[in-house]
Order: sequence, then C-alpha cells, then structure tokens
Amino acid sequence: MIDQEVKIGPLHGAGGEMMGQLLDRLILPRFAGGRAHRIGLAELDDGATVSVPPGAGEVVLTTDSHVVKPIFFPGGDIGLLAAAGTLNDLAVMGAQPIALTLAAIIEEGFLFSDLERILDSFAATLDRVGATVVCGDTKVMPSGELDGIVLNTTGIGTAQHAVSDADLRPGDRVLTTGTIGDHGMALMAAREEFHLTTTLESDVAAVWPMLAPALAAGGIHAMKDPTRGGLAAALNEMARKSNTCIAIAEKDIPIKEAVYGLSELLGISPLEVANEGKALLVVAPDRAEEILEILRNHPLGVDAADIGEVGTEYPGRVVIETEVGGRRFLDMPLGDPVPRIC
Amino acid sequence: MTPVFRFSDPKRGRALADAIHLLAPAEPYKIVHVCGTHEMAITRNGLRRFLPETVDVLEGPGCPVCVTPSADIDAAIELARAGAIVCSFGDMIRVPGSRQSLDQARSEGLDIRTILSASDAADLARTVKEQVVFFAVGFETTAPMTAAILLDDPPENLTVLASHKLVPPAMSALLDLPENRIGAYLAPGHVSTVIGLAPYEAALGDRPIPVVVGGFEPLDILYAVALILRQHRDRRAEVENGYPRGVAADGNPVARKLTEAVFETSDASWRGIGMIPRSGLCLKPEFSTFDALSRFGLERPKEAGDIPGCRCPDILTARAVPSECPLFAVRCTPLSPVGPCMVGAEGACSIWFRYQGERAI
Repeated sequence: MIDQEVKIGPLHGAGGEMMGQLLDRLILPRFAGGRAHRIGLAELDDGATVSVPPGAGEVVLTTDSHVVKPIFFPGGDIGLLAAAGTLNDLAVMGAQPIALTLAAIIEEGFLFSDLERILDSFAATLDRVGATVVCGDTKVMPSGELDGIVLNTTGIGTAQHAVSDADLRPGDRVLTTGTIGDHGMALMAAREEFHLTTTLESDVAAVWPMLAPALAAGGIHAMKDPTRGGLAAALNEMARKSNTCIAIAEKDIPIKEAVYGLSELLGISPLEVANEGKALLVVAPDRAEEILEILRNHPLGVDAADIGEVGTEYPGRVVIETEVGGRRFLDMPLGDPVPRIC
Repeated sequence: MTPVFRFSDPKRGRALADAIHLLAPAEPYKIVHVCGTHEMAITRNGLRRFLPETVDVLEGPGCPVCVTPSADIDAAIELARAGAIVCSFGDMIRVPGSRQSLDQARSEGLDIRTILSASDAADLARTVKEQVVFFAVGFETTAPMTAAILLDDPPENLTVLASHKLVPPAMSALLDLPENRIGAYLAPGHVSTVIGLAPYEAALGDRPIPVVVGGFEPLDILYAVALILRQHRDRRAEVENGYPRGVAADGNPVARKLTEAVFETSDASWRGIGMIPRSGLCLKPEFSTFDALSRFGLERPKEAGDIPGCRCPDILTARAVPSECPLFAVRCTPLSPVGPCMVGAEGACSIWFRYQGERAI
C-alpha cells in the first residue's frame, strides 16, 4: 500500500532504484498481462515485440499526447482519456486494438495516489477492449515546468481493410453514435472560473466494442472520431478530403439538454467542442438503418442517429439546415472556443 | 436537437417569413441592428434566407470591443507598462491598438490577464499587492457590474479604465452620417432589458424611423422584423417592444441605479465613428480615486488614424457589409485580423467569416 501523501520526486524518473520502485509498485501490477508476444512489459527490456497473426490484415499505428485540465474531470480523468483517445483512433480506422505504449511525463510533487487513480482508469479502459500496455517510459520534470502530468500513448492494431476518413460517396448517410458536445461542455463547466454546477459528465469511453459489430455488418465507407474541434471539424475534414458536400440537419443531431443549456449560456456551439466517446460513420444508404440498429444495441450507442447525407452541392463544404429552417455553412472552428462577454 | 426553451419552431418560422414577405416594401429597405448577438443569431440560424430581396438587415456599431477606441487600448498597455496588472475581457485581448494589441503587449512580459466578470478583477486585487486595473468595456449591460464592484467596498489597489458606451446616442449619431440610408432600427434586447424603452424615445423619438426591440431566438428576430415592416407599411415611426418576455418598458431600475451611482454621461470616442456627444460613461467626481489613468498620472493617449484599406469605419456604421471590404477574408482573417470588426467575437467581419453572413445558401 502506497502512502497517500507520497509525492513524485526527481529520482522517480531518473532510471535508478527510485524509478524501479515506482515501476514495481505502480506500473507492473496494473498491467500484469502486459505482453503481445515474447517480450512484454514485465521484461523491462529496451523494447517489446508484437506479433500479428497471419491473415490479420493491415497493421494500423497511431500516436497521441494527452493534456487535460482539470486532470480529474466529471466522467473521467487523463488516464481514461489517454487510453480511450488512442484506442478510438485505432477503432475509427476499423482496427482491433492489440497493444499500447504508455509514456508519462510527470511534474515533481505530483501525488502518488493521483497517479494510481490515473493508472487504474488507464488499465481498466484497456481491459475492456482486450488490449494491453507492452512498453513505456517515465520522466519527471521539475516543479513548475509542467502542469501536472502529460501522457503519450502509441497504439497498434489490425484491420482486414483499414477504414479511412475520406472515402465518402454521394448518397451516403452520415451517422453519429451518440450525443454531441458532452466532453467539451462537461470540461468547460468544470472550469472553476465559471462557477457552474452541473450533473453533466464527459462521454469519454473506448468505442471499439460498439463499432466492431457495426464494421462486421459491412457498408461503412468512412469513420472519424469527432474529438478536438468537435462535429464541425470532423465533418469539414471529411468533406474536404473527399471533395464532397455533407448536408446535415440541426434537428436530427442528438444533444443533451444540459449541453444545449451550457452552450447557450457560454456562447459556445456544442458542434465545435470535443467528444471523446463518439464516432461518425459514413455508410452506404441501404445499410444505414441496419447499422443504426446495431449501434443502438450497445450501451454506448443508444442515442445513435442519422444526421445527414453526402452530396455534391458545395464540394468540400458542410451545410447545416438550422432548426428554424434556415441554412448556412458549418465551417471549421478557428481554434479553442472562448466564451463571449455578453 | 431537443428544443429546450427555444424559439426555433420551423412552422412558426415559416408563418413569420410569410408575413415578412407580405409586408415587404417594393423599394430597398435597410434595417440596422446594433448588437453582435443579433448578428450571431441571424447568421448562425441562416435567417437571411427568410428575408425578401428588398429587405436587408445589417450590423452597425454592435460589438463593444470593436467600437472601443485604439486610444483606450493604448492606455491599458501604458498602465500595464507602469506596473499595473491589467484585467480585460477575453474578446478585447487581440484587438489592435495604435501600435499593438493587449495580447502582443502581454507577450512582451506585461501582466495582462483575461477575466470573465468585473468581480474577478476585484477578487484579484484583494489577493495581490500590485495595482489592479479593470479595463471596463461594454454597453449599458456591463456598466452596472463595473459600478457594483466600486460600490461594494472596493480594495484600495483597484482602479478602473472606464470605456463604457451608451447605445441610443450612437443610434442617433448614425442617422446624421451621409449615405446612411437607415430605414429602421432593430434595437438590442440585452441593452433594453436594462434601459427599457425611454432612452430610445429620448434619442430617436423625433426621427422618422421605426425602432423595434428584438430578442435573440430565431422567432424573436423574425417577429421584430415583421413589426418593423408593419410600421413601415403603416407609415408609423415608433419605439415598439418586440421582446416583451425579456424587456420591461421600464427596463431594470436596480441595475440603472448602480450605474447612475458611479458614472455620469460624457462625450465618447467610438472607433470608426468618432466623437459622439453624451455617448459614454465616466466616473463621477466622488469615484475619481478609482480612475486608473489619474492614479498613475497618465494622460489618455491620442486616437490613432484609420487603418489603411480597412473598411471597419463603414462596417461599424452599417454603410458597408464585410464582403465589400477589399481586405475581408484575404488579408484580414480571424487568425490574422487587420481591423477591429474581425477581432471581436461579436464583430460583423468575424461573424461573417465564420458563418458566411451574406450568402443565402
């Protein structure tokens, strides 16, 4: 049992005895099965080996660095976010996750107990999709040179045929696997300077268990996770890359009442803030209903909805029909949304 | 989308659009609003699609940060240079002064902080030894908050750089500009919740144009436009409340009392427009100890000239739309803004850049 008040010190990242203790006490017990082949985490070697079974198809690789403020937020923490973030990047490529790396850069003085919580949620998220950590790294930065903790994860997975985010075809339907804007708005509400109280939680979750059966059904032409920049950024990227026009209807986009209320209060569009447990699917029109049914059968997909279609009217652009019946372009958000004064 | 408390019903929207088309004049008719939130609602909801060809709704001087003179931004930077912690609303941070923006000054090491409300500045002053200056920007809606911190036992190291502006005098001044062709005003709902209807009567009562207060939901705006067109058809020119669920005829006397306790009206310089008589608020003599410039013994800097090529002055006076500016979306974008209307989130250029205000698609 680790003393709750123990803090990370400079030696914990120095490669010596202190770091060994950190690994033995915190890391290794949480990733006991940490191997995807002959050499895994327990060997503490300079690298790990990964085997891909014959016929597993293409190998998909992705990497992501994770910073979040606050580190513990309603509905999750940076550990869950880092695991889900990398797993979801694999998932929307259509890839079954196999193994992850985990590199942590930690500020001196960070609580051991907080690190334990973060590692617990990281490990639990990986367990849920049957992936594991096979190698990692720890560095400690002097106090003040880093805001708490930064996690970097690289993920590896396999897909029979990886799904791109660019293969959109006119006539295709655009589906979301659930409500939009939850993560971004929950974090916004959690920022103390707004003095807000809400029950809203981040949607952060690994989506592979929901997507796997939908992929098996066939008919998915493109997928993307609407993370930073939200639905608006993800749709714009897909429209640009495929030179198609995506037309969506505001009234069909599932948005929680709390998200909508906060967005009105802060003057920030729910379509422009991050989601961390959702995917956008572009599917053949005759398969849309069936895929929606499959998604809705999974607890993460109960709010899945058909929000629009792929066309050719304004190539490279996204058009939204507004609730009241107006129409406008939905453009790429410019940067981090900032609340307006009045 | 779940309509929570939202006035966006498409059936009612169509009915109002039909009414607007029936009431539309045959000759071109320009309705000017003076509120960035109106422009945001109009563009974000694609409402120009509902308007007849002859009817235009344009933004005038509706963005408080856009109309803040460059001299006031220069003054805020001078105060920071003199050692003060300057607190500003986030919108203001990137607006260019005569030489640089607050943002650029901050990157040179000056202590300039973004806050969300006036009370944050007072709270900060209570926890630090340094002088704290609140850069008080905004219309009649934000002035009561500035007044409130000065009435609530303010810490001694807190001062205010007052740049509050009043909307009705500016609406009146616009009508005196050449080529203004303003047919009617869609008056701002937020400001009206505070001031009520009387200040519009006082500033615009003798002008031959309709003034209708409008709310910010799509149906509110379409309704206000319909009321304007009905007045025009009936040859009436009245101040009318098209937002009764938000605006009382008498406004909010409590908020006004706060403002009146601390501020008095003064002539004020508006960016792009110039000096407008009695259109600003300055601290009353009994609050002059909280005047930032006098505490630091600084003079208000001189207003810089116009930015070459930038049509913000015409846009802020509703004599041009953003797409008519040669710099718009070419040299001037939200990521590298040239004029103030591209910087303020409520600025017409910034909104048009994000939502394509002009084009009905």
